[in-house]
Amino acid sequence: MQNNEPKHPMEQYLRMDRMPHIWCSSCGLGSVVTAFMKGMKRAGIDLNKVVVVSGIGCTGRVAGYVKLDSYHTTHGRAIPFATGLKMANRDLTVAVISGDGDLFAIGGNHLIHAARRNLDLNVICVNNFIYGMTGGQNAPTTPLEAYSSTAPYGNYEHPFNLVGLAAAAGASYVARWTALHLQRIQDSVEVMANKKGFCFMEIVSPCSTVFARKNKGGTGLDLLQEYKQRAIIDHSANPTEIPLDMDGEMVCGVFVNEEKLTFWENVQKGISRKVKRHPLYVEDKKTQY
Amino acid sequence: MVCAKISVPILQSSLSERRTKLKQSNLHGEFFLQGNVACAEAAVSAGCRFFGGYPITPASEIAERMAFRLPQVGGAFVQFEDEIGSMASILGASWAGVKSMTASSGPGISLMLENIGLGIMMEAPCVIVNVQRGSPSTGLPTSWGQSDMMQARFGSHGDYGVIALAPKSPQEYFDLTVKAFNFSEKYRLPVFVMSDAVVGHMTEKVVIPPVEELEIIDRKYTDKKPEDYHPYEIKKGDWVPDFAKAGDGYLYHSTGLTHDHRGYPDMSEKCHVQLVNRLIDKIKKNIDDISMVEERDLEGADVIVVSYGITSRTVVPGINLAKKKGIKVGYLRLITVWPFPEQKIRDLAKKVKGFVVPEINMGQVVIDVERCAGCVKTISVPHPGGGLHKPEDIARAIEEVAYAK
Repeated sequence: MQNNEPKHPMEQYLRMDRMPHIWCSSCGLGSVVTAFMKGMKRAGIDLNKVVVVSGIGCTGRVAGYVKLDSYHTTHGRAIPFATGLKMANRDLTVAVISGDGDLFAIGGNHLIHAARRNLDLNVICVNNFIYGMTGGQNAPTTPLEAYSSTAPYGNYEHPFNLVGLAAAAGASYVARWTALHLQRIQDSVEVMANKKGFCFMEIVSPCSTVFARKNKGGTGLDLLQEYKQRAIIDHSANPTEIPLDMDGEMVCGVFVNEEKLTFWENVQKGISRKVKRHPLYVEDKKTQY
Repeated sequence: MVCAKISVPILQSSLSERRTKLKQSNLHGEFFLQGNVACAEAAVSAGCRFFGGYPITPASEIAERMAFRLPQVGGAFVQFEDEIGSMASILGASWAGVKSMTASSGPGISLMLENIGLGIMMEAPCVIVNVQRGSPSTGLPTSWGQSDMMQARFGSHGDYGVIALAPKSPQEYFDLTVKAFNFSEKYRLPVFVMSDAVVGHMTEKVVIPPVEELEIIDRKYTDKKPEDYHPYEIKKGDWVPDFAKAGDGYLYHSTGLTHDHRGYPDMSEKCHVQLVNRLIDKIKKNIDDISMVEERDLEGADVIVVSYGITSRTVVPGINLAKKKGIKVGYLRLITVWPFPEQKIRDLAKKVKGFVVPEINMGQVVIDVERCAGCVKTISVPHPGGGLHKPEDIARAIEEVAYAK
C-alpha cells in the first residue's frame, strides 16, 4: 500500500499483508470481521488473549485475516478445537467464527453439545443460507423451495432455525442480527467476550454470488436492501418460533441472556466432592499423590 | 487416599517449578496395574494435562482413569460427543501449550483420521493411543488384533511422516507412552501408541519411577520477539519449527492448508513441495533417534522372526520349538514400528536365509519387511485376530525358511 492511499481504520487489527481478501464484493463478511474486531476492542480485554478458530468455507477464512492467534481447522471441527484451547488455558477468550454449513451441518453435533455443556465459548455463525465457497449447494439453512446447485427443482428440506436450536440446546446467550446491524453486532461481541458460558450469535449475511444469483435476488446491494426491509428487532421473541424463510420477517434481537454455571465451574465444584471409587483405583500405602 | 491440592495449570511455570508440581502429582512405586491404567499414569507423569475422548472398548479405561486423575493435577478431562471432536480438541489444547492425549480403538481412530492430518499439517504435538481390536468395522470389540498398523502409517489422506510405537506389556505401555510424548514434543506431530486389547487389559507388575527420574522432553519454545516470529520458520539444518502458544502475544495464524513460513496459505507448487518433503524428512532423517528395536540371537542366525507388540510374546514358544530342531533363530522386535527400520532389515538380509513375520493381521508390516529383504525369503504368518498364534504355526514357518532350497 502506498502512503498517499487512505488507510483502513482497522489496519492494526487485520493482517494487511494478506489483502486483498478472497471474499466477493458486497459479501457481508468484510463488515462482520470489522465489527467483530471493534467489539473485541471495546470489550476491554487483552487482545493477546483472544483466539479465533474457524472451520472451512468462506467464513472459515476469517481466521486468516484477523491479527490474533488464529486457527483455520478442518470442516465442522472448529468448536471441539476451540474447546481444547479453552480447557487447556482458561485465560483465553476463544471465539469460533464459521458459516452455517460448517457449524450446523457437518459440525452441528459439536455445537449442540458445546451449548449443552455450557462451555465458555463465543460462537458466531455467519448465515448466508447456502454453501458459498463450493459453489452454491444446499445448506441446512436454505429456505424451503429456494434454489441451489444441488436443488435444481428448489429445496425440499425444512431449514434449521439456528437461534432456536442454540437456545434449546442450552446456550447462555443467543442473538440474531443481520450484516447491516453493525453496531448491534459490536454490542453483542462485547457482551459475549465478557460473559461466561456458551454464547451464540447468528449473523444473517448476503451472498450475492450464489444465493442471490440462483434466487433472483439481484446484486449484493439489492439483497442488503431486502434484508433491511425484512429485519425487525424484538428482544422478547421466543427464539424457537422465529424461523427464517424466503420473504417473511427476519426477527432480530438478543433472545437469551442468562447466567448459569459453566462447564469449568462445574468441574471446580466437582473436585471438592467425594471421589467415587473406581474398580481400577490403585492405592499404595507408601505412595501419596 | 490423599488428594493433591488442585494446583494451578502447569503452563507458564519454569521447568524446576513444573518438576516440583509434577512430583506431587506423579503416582510412583511398584504396582500391579492394568495396561490401560499404566498408560494413563504415564500420560500424567509425562505432563499430559488435557484428555479429550469418547468411550470405546477396549480403550475406555484410559479415559476413565484420566477423568479421575486429571482434575487432581490441574488438568482437564472432557468426554466429547464423538472421536472427531476428541481429536480436534487435543490439537486445540496442544496449541494452548498443554500436552494432550486421546485414546480409542479401530472405529474411533477411523473417525479421527482427518484431524490427525490436521495435526500433521499444523505440527501440533499430541499422543493418540490405539488399543487395537479385531477388525474390520465393529469387528471384535472385546478381542484383539494388530490390524490398524497400516492405518497408522497411511490412514489420513496425503503423504506425511509418522511415529508409531508398539508396547508388549503394561510396563512397556507406560514407558512407551512417556516416549510417545517425548517424540511428539520433539518432532511436533501426533504420535501413535499402538497397543491392543491384550496389552490394554492384562494386569502385570508396573514400576513407576518418580517423575524427576523420567526423561521428559518439552517442545522448543521460540526465543524470538513476537514481531520477528514466524510460526513455520525453520533454522538451517533443523527440521522442526519453534513453538509459540496461544495467548502469548505472538498473534500467528495456523492452518491445515499448504502454508508458507508465516503460516499463511500458499497454493504454489514450490511451497507445497517444500512443506510435504519437510513433513516426511523430519521423521526420515531422524530415524536413528526414533527407531527402537529389541534384538536377541541375531549373530549367526539363519532365520529371523520379526514381530511387534503382543505377538512378540507369543512367538517365543514357537522359536524355542524351532531351536530344539537345531535351527538358528534370531528374534527382532520392532518397538518403533513406524518409521520402519529399513536399513536394519537390509543389513540383516545379507546374512540370513530369510524372515518370518507373524502379525495379528493378514500381513501388513510384512510388506515393508519384504520390500527391504529383497531376494531373501520372507514368510508372513497371518492371523485375522480374536486369537493368538500357535507355537506350531511359528515353528512351521521358521522351518519353511530354514529348509528352503
